[in-house]
Amino acid sequence: MRKFVIQALKKPFTAVMIAILIGFLVGAVTLALGGFDPGRGYSLLITGVTSNTRRMAQVLVNAVPIIMTGLAVSFAVRTGMFNIGADGQFIMGQVTGAILGYYVPMPAIIHPLFIMVCAFVVGGLYASFAAYLKNRFGIHEVISSIMLNWNAYYFMNFIVNMKSVKVPGSQHSPEIFDTAKITFFSREFRTTAEGEALLAKHPWLESVVRTDAGYAILVMIAVTLLLWVILKYTRIGFELRAVGYNYHAAEFAAMPVKRNALLSMFISGGTAALGGAMLVMSTSYFITMLGATEGYGWDGISVALIAGNHPIGCIFAGLLYSALKLGGTEIQSRMGAPTEIINIMIGALVLCIAFAPALPRLAERLERKE
Amino acid sequence: MNLLNTVLLTVSISLMYSAPLIFTALGGVITQRAGVDNIGLEGMMAFGACGASILCHFTGSPWIGLVVGALFGATLAILHAFISVTAKGNQLISGIAINFIGLGVGVFLTRFLFNGAAQSNSTINEPLPKLLGLLGIDKSKSRLLESSEIDLTVIFAFAFAVLIWFVLYKTRIGLRVRACGEHPGAADTLGVNVTRIRYVATILSGVMAGLGGAVTSLTISYRFTPTVISGQGFIALAAVIFGNWKPIGATLACLLFGFAQALTVVLAGIPWLPTQILAMLPYALTLLILVIFVERSTPPKALGQPYFKGQA
Repeated sequence: MRKFVIQALKKPFTAVMIAILIGFLVGAVTLALGGFDPGRGYSLLITGVTSNTRRMAQVLVNAVPIIMTGLAVSFAVRTGMFNIGADGQFIMGQVTGAILGYYVPMPAIIHPLFIMVCAFVVGGLYASFAAYLKNRFGIHEVISSIMLNWNAYYFMNFIVNMKSVKVPGSQHSPEIFDTAKITFFSREFRTTAEGEALLAKHPWLESVVRTDAGYAILVMIAVTLLLWVILKYTRIGFELRAVGYNYHAAEFAAMPVKRNALLSMFISGGTAALGGAMLVMSTSYFITMLGATEGYGWDGISVALIAGNHPIGCIFAGLLYSALKLGGTEIQSRMGAPTEIINIMIGALVLCIAFAPALPRLAERLERKE
Repeated sequence: MNLLNTVLLTVSISLMYSAPLIFTALGGVITQRAGVDNIGLEGMMAFGACGASILCHFTGSPWIGLVVGALFGATLAILHAFISVTAKGNQLISGIAINFIGLGVGVFLTRFLFNGAAQSNSTINEPLPKLLGLLGIDKSKSRLLESSEIDLTVIFAFAFAVLIWFVLYKTRIGLRVRACGEHPGAADTLGVNVTRIRYVATILSGVMAGLGGAVTSLTISYRFTPTVISGQGFIALAAVIFGNWKPIGATLACLLFGFAQALTVVLAGIPWLPTQILAMLPYALTLLILVIFVERSTPPKALGQPYFKGQA
């Protein structure tokens, strides 16, 4: 038993599990302190997500953007860059998607592909700027990318607020063309006779037709696999990881560390921006004046941390996070407990992950005692 | 007369926006000079702003709000100190978590106490005293005097800057703090309790950031909202770097950033200048200034590294 505990403590996976457990515990305590029944809260949380397939599909749909930002953050971390700016890069992707989706008419299929490539490049360049500032001037990427986040946020509001962009009488940009949308079925399809006939025939399709499920899910999976392969099996991935492990050793081994920092941030920022563009193309269809950032990039940081910065892990972490958020709205609407309970849970969880390096040392201490 | 009025107004608004930054940046200087990185200042500010506005609302006293804001900040800092010093964990991740928790608990509390509204009701029954008012000067006669009115907290901020400069550079304690940030091993060998010093420094940074947040909600926004702290914690961190990790330097940097924020208010009436572009100014300026100055500043050697007893 003791040996098992010692071995378990050395595994990163244990740390994440403990962190998730403590996160839930803190959530329960907070609910109880607020005078709410934690048992009821958590059962609402679970039933709110699992009660029907449509909700489960919704979890997946909502997870796509935060998995993308999670991938972005974790890819950068693996290569030694703490990309806290995924939020800004995501926003740049949203802007690119909304603008190209309306102002550049194109045939179907090509249109979304074109938008995705452009968004990737825009977000990639935006993120590389932080890497450039680090390479050239030694400015830590945490500070610079926070500032870039705010600039991106105000830039989006600026674009939406332009006379030529804003739809009169609204607070948002014009809706993108149907050619640029990437859901499996259009929203109108649900109400057509054809759609109703299809649903009557295949009731299981409802979760696909009635949510914004679309090709974004497939793209997300493809990107995940691609990033995983790049990191694990390519020379460039090896070099990038080497810089992440030991910057000076990599530099000594004549690896182009500065160029790699740029490249890593380009891929990371591009991934985040791709998430933003896909959100516009599959769910929002336009960008809106915002009073505060929606925080997809910040969610991505938590996702990456929970996933232990592993690309495949990001999918599971993103699904967990997305389920928590959807369940959190259920807690608020049915129990009146503030949805911020989820943020508190996530905060506690992340704090535990910051604590994680202490666990192997704890294991060693136990071992020595033996 | 009109120009003079604008200048005075710009100065007083700059000072108003600088004060929270100065408090927070001084906190950043203390903790970083002791070797503990703290990117959770943002969350500590938010939590302090929340505590201050809630207590001010219910007790009617902004002074109690100020003290409670500081305590709220300190509470989060204890968590950060535990992770960073005792557990020797990842200080950046801990800071991120603090940012989540500070804002999350803050909004949760506010929703809980104000019937689901994410912002507290207008809190100020009796605002913090202002300088001219306190000196007994009747400013109702002159617009100029009215424009140059500043909050007492601005004076506090400067007083703290001088005090912390004095403690860091002219006292034995200050020397020990700086030693912990440069070479904790050497400090330990000479009998300095690195753990204790780092704990105290980190908690003090929470107190200062909490004060900064409290000042924001008590003198600028007059209430707590989820967006009342929008990057100020990180701007304060940039000020620490720009100020070369020195209290007076960081204070001057904050004055500049406060000026940038004031410009967004003063220039707001200009028709060809969109407000969103104007709003970018503090953030863009922060970047620009870092580009120009960062190479001339040297961080504490042991910044961000946990200290293991016995390490060289």
